Amino acid sequence: MDFKRVKDYFYWLYFQYLLITCSYVLEPWERSMFDTILVTVLAMVLYTAYVFIPIHVRLAFEFFSQMFEGQPESTI
Amino acid sequence: MANPSAVCNGHLHHHQKQNNLLKSGISKKNGIAKGIKKNGVSNGSLSKKAFIEHFEQAPMYVAVLTFVGFGVGTIFGYLRDFMRAWGLEKRNIATEREQQKDFVPLYQDFENFYTRNLYMRLRDNWNRPICSVPGPQFDLMERVTDDYNWTFRFTGRTIKNVINMGSYNYLGFAETDANALKTVAKELQKYGTGVCSSRQEMGTLDKHVELEQLVARFLGVEDAMVFGMGFATNSMNIPALVGKGCLILSDELNHTSLVLGARLSGATIRIFKHNNMQSLESLLRDAIIYGQPRSRRAWRKIIILVEGIYSMEGSIVRLPEIVSLKRKYKAYLYLDEAHSIGAVGATGRGVVEYFGMNPDDVDVLMGTFTKSFGAAGGYIAGKKDLVDFLRTHSHSAVYATSMCPPVAQQIIRAMKCLMGLDGTTQGLQRVQKLGKNTRYFRRRLHEMGFIVYGNDDSPVVPLLLYMPGKIGAFARRMLEKNIGVVVVGFPATPIAESRARFCVSAAHTREMLDTVLNALDELGDFLQLKYSRYSKAAHPELYEETRCEFED
Repeated sequence: MDFKRVKDYFYWLYFQYLLITCSYVLEPWERSMFDTILVTVLAMVLYTAYVFIPIHVRLAFEFFSQMFEGQPESTI
Repeated sequence: MANPSAVCNGHLHHHQKQNNLLKSGISKKNGIAKGIKKNGVSNGSLSKKAFIEHFEQAPMYVAVLTFVGFGVGTIFGYLRDFMRAWGLEKRNIATEREQQKDFVPLYQDFENFYTRNLYMRLRDNWNRPICSVPGPQFDLMERVTDDYNWTFRFTGRTIKNVINMGSYNYLGFAETDANALKTVAKELQKYGTGVCSSRQEMGTLDKHVELEQLVARFLGVEDAMVFGMGFATNSMNIPALVGKGCLILSDELNHTSLVLGARLSGATIRIFKHNNMQSLESLLRDAIIYGQPRSRRAWRKIIILVEGIYSMEGSIVRLPEIVSLKRKYKAYLYLDEAHSIGAVGATGRGVVEYFGMNPDDVDVLMGTFTKSFGAAGGYIAGKKDLVDFLRTHSHSAVYATSMCPPVAQQIIRAMKCLMGLDGTTQGLQRVQKLGKNTRYFRRRLHEMGFIVYGNDDSPVVPLLLYMPGKIGAFARRMLEKNIGVVVVGFPATPIAESRARFCVSAAHTREMLDTVLNALDELGDFLQLKYSRYSKAAHPELYEETRCEFED
């Protein structure tokens, strides 16, 4: 019974996605096309985030720490 | 609230000594007040109703998602148009013949972009053929589509007893009860159906004279004239009343018939914001100070076009304020009571009675018989001079076929029932039932958390859907639950405010309304339509009646 509720919940979430993006009115092939493009774009965004965000965070951290600690060092 | 059962001789006497200038003390943006607003009463007379209108704005994310939805629809629209233009897909729309390809194009492709690409996908929710009387319940012909709404085919089955929340059957006079239609059947036997002439030639029957006298008596004016079609009443009579050199001040959300009539007349048209008295007053002042555009002469006539109840918003016109403005600036008032005659007012005499005003305050009273009287046609009522002028100068009177006798008899019997002249109180009971149903329906919808526009007393109830995907889902699922609703989208409403419009009827029983409300509750949760931030559902702690804090 619990499995059915979980399945219904996921169907409901999918239905909300259909309504919000107006995919509800599209024909099946248009829907698959839209879904594919959206999933592709999202995958690319996530991959880019995964690859680049740690590097950027580390660089930003180094920049700011250098700015704060660099000053006492330079006056001595 | 005025006591609706204080009736003497079919007229409710309001002891109104002077007109109240109801100035709204709350500032408005573009005539739309956020949340729930009440107008203050300036000099506290006896039976002044509170004027409560709601025009709540949805949260920002709803507007954003609506535009996202339309954006996706537009992109796919371009894609499909591209495919159709390059022959990758069969064209179902109208195209020119091969031999005429080099001529001036007959079908301008881009103009119908919205129709082709969004309306077509949801088209099965409109133009549904019904096959019974549009009473509180009706029968629908089932139709299916094989090619995504380009063509339909009837399966032959009828869907029976669908609850009707879309017909303008406010007082429930659309009925097939043989007892009620006795007189109509008799007149049908006597006169037949066709009149075969216009009013001016040989189309004026004694039924028309009887009906006109009855209408004048019902409204409390000197004379009235009836026409065969409600739309034609507006569009054909406004050109007779105003012409070039006159000024028409028309509300933003006026019906197409008023707009068409105003344009046909050739007068200058200026639009004021919906139900916004400051906007109207500033237009009136400008008109009087500056006169006509180039010659600076005074306008020959200034006429204000408003409706009693606006059918897309459910709002009621602010009649006392408009009448005081019209008196101050010496303009004329044309009131279109298509949806309000029979539906508001303590005895069903429209907005004039609702506000307790004198019918002489309004120069031209117009209304239709299609909505509350279960017939077809329209009327114009007012002073005898006005109506006599229209009898000779109106296009509708001179050229259009007059109303057919059984329909005229239906209106006569409905009006007599409303006025109590048939010896029963059935008319008054219907009006009161409609009022009760309206208030109950609106109150429950507000409690559930839907955004509902309009005045608390108007039987037209627009429920906001916003997103284009939800328009189709809502209408289809309601039909699956055996409830017929009307949904409206872009050209008739602003692009981000599509809605479902319910028309409450006196013929609906409490059980029917409860069925509809329960279905709406379920569907509202399923489709996430409960956007209101002011309702009980959103803030249950504010509405608890029994709150006791126990101190130990």
